[in-house]
Amino acid sequence: MAFGAFATATPVAEPAVRRRSPIALFLLLPGAAYLTLFFLVPFVSLILTSFQTPREFGDIGQYDYAFKWENYVTVVQTYWEHIIRSFGYAAAATVLALLFAYPLAYFIGVKLRRFPLWQALALTLVIAPFFISFLLRTLAWKQILSDEGPVVTILNALTILPEGAHITQTAGSVIFGLTYNFIPFMVLPIYTSLERLDLRYVEAGGDLYASPATTFLKVTLPLSLPGVVSGTLLTFIPAAGDYINASTSFLGSPETAMIGNVIEANFLQLQNYPAAAALSIILMGVILILVAAYVKRAGTEDLL
Amino acid sequence: MATSFAESGADLELVGISKRFPGFTAIEHLDLTIPAGSFFALLGPSGCGKTTTLRLVAGLEDPTGGRILIGGKDVTHTKPYRRPVNTVFQSYALFPHMTILENVAFGLKRRRIANAQQLAHEALRLVELDHVAQRRPAQLSGGQQQRVALARAVVNRPALLLLDEPLGALDLKLRRQMQLELKQIQGDVGLTFLHVTHDQEEAMTMADTIAVMNKGEIEQMGAPEELYELPRTAFVANFLGQSNLFTGPVVSAKGDTMVVDIAGRKVSVPRERAQRHAGEVTIGVRPEKVALVTSEPKAATGLNLVGPGRVVDVSFSGVSTQYQVQVPGLGVQTVFSQNMVFGSIVNEGAEVWLTWNIDHTFGLADDADVAPRFASDEDTSAIATQRRERLEAELEGA
Repeated sequence: MAFGAFATATPVAEPAVRRRSPIALFLLLPGAAYLTLFFLVPFVSLILTSFQTPREFGDIGQYDYAFKWENYVTVVQTYWEHIIRSFGYAAAATVLALLFAYPLAYFIGVKLRRFPLWQALALTLVIAPFFISFLLRTLAWKQILSDEGPVVTILNALTILPEGAHITQTAGSVIFGLTYNFIPFMVLPIYTSLERLDLRYVEAGGDLYASPATTFLKVTLPLSLPGVVSGTLLTFIPAAGDYINASTSFLGSPETAMIGNVIEANFLQLQNYPAAAALSIILMGVILILVAAYVKRAGTEDLL
Repeated sequence: MATSFAESGADLELVGISKRFPGFTAIEHLDLTIPAGSFFALLGPSGCGKTTTLRLVAGLEDPTGGRILIGGKDVTHTKPYRRPVNTVFQSYALFPHMTILENVAFGLKRRRIANAQQLAHEALRLVELDHVAQRRPAQLSGGQQQRVALARAVVNRPALLLLDEPLGALDLKLRRQMQLELKQIQGDVGLTFLHVTHDQEEAMTMADTIAVMNKGEIEQMGAPEELYELPRTAFVANFLGQSNLFTGPVVSAKGDTMVVDIAGRKVSVPRERAQRHAGEVTIGVRPEKVALVTSEPKAATGLNLVGPGRVVDVSFSGVSTQYQVQVPGLGVQTVFSQNMVFGSIVNEGAEVWLTWNIDHTFGLADDADVAPRFASDEDTSAIATQRRERLEAELEGA
């Protein structure tokens, strides 16, 4: 923000001083137990696994507890391409999903505001794909985009696509699959922001000599930023770790393998548990850093 | 886009404006001319079409028919951001994600005016809020936000400034202060102000000219004193202040005075103060012009007399006392009497006569029953109040 110190000093309402109630603590117990059992314990186990070393003279898949930090160096050296590819694909899918979802969310949240029935219908249509399994939908896309499928046939006929070219098993199809699968997660938070957007601000923008485009950039977009931030996070985080779209059985090929596919292969096929665990932790760490940087930037700047 | 400041206010001219929404007509063939530099108030109850008129001028609605001219230029189909008009919105509509200074400089920056920051600071100084320039709107009180909204509009020096009930959310004291400030700013900068309000007192204190609007039409237009002293319709008589209205047949209309038979009494009206001069007419008088007397006075020239009636309610309001007098054949009439002595001059149940100067009587162009003066007020707050009163009475009884 350009104007000095007060810009970020939005006061936060001080919560009333509350007495510590034993009932409140008691009610927290199931949640705390759940987190301990299903997050903390596996997480610690994951960290321990990532430092394990192969058992001497043992079978494949037999490891001993150790502090073999070289595991991390090895996986980064071996799989750095996959790591970069994962975040590249996830970023591309997030941007595409945002470009597709924002107008859709705007239409549902603002233009359909006066027609509640249509609004409800449109929202249902956004969520409707969830009624069918994620795997089935991705398989369906594989069929549609396959070499014998309608899309390739038509593009071939129109000579837009050269003979023998594929759509599936390319980076494009993986990014397309990621975009498609995460669009509802992008639409819903942006819709929530825009649905509450007070149109009087937009009117005030027009009244103050701002063209519709300027009003959008200076008023509508900043006011819907919370939705954009949560939408991009809800898309980027799972997309970076996704292994369905990029897998060879769906839209990908070995050349498009993402970090999720590598983890899957190490865990289930190569039985190299320390490598898989180390990769998981790297994935988690990188996402955490990226998200923290992004939220900090989006939270304090108003994109002005 | 207007790239320079308006040198002075501009005329606003509405020619045969109509606005129909699906299902109802907000404005039907409205003609209105507001001369440059004037402070013009559109006064009316909610739903009378006054806000729609304002939004049409601002360009936020498209008229169904008619033309809008600002400074002689047809802007009927000009986009709002290209009109030399700024609005102070009823809700203020300050951008919550910007500081006060950014809000005020917004219009200037859109027009690429060089020293936007400096002008914005000057505008904030005008409303005495420069010290909060770096705060966010949410950190300001309602009154401060209102002044920021005003600064944000005035800083652009529009040819025409539109005010949409901007003082509605303020408490009485702040409202008075803002009324004076607004009037002063208007004088200082010489802009044309179009002020929309349902508050008759606000309109009367601030505006040079008031147009009273009802059901999408202008009932009467003129200076505040003119409208108050000589209302032309029952609606104006009751919306702008209160009135005692009587209906009766004209007995004679010779010379300067017209005599009307009101429940057996002969009541006179100056001929030029009456809109109709034959048949059944409605005449009226303002409650503060009426005096209460406790014994029947002798017939005197220059005075109208009705009564006797019985005082049914006395309510003290500081400066004056309001008496409700039930006059047989005329219903309940209201009298305001200044508190020149301690206590009320008559008590509830007293028999009184009402007299007033003939010159204070006015004759209306329509009939009193057209105006729903005693229409049941069935909005939710009235119902809630009644319920609560009934409940409290029950509780006390128990």
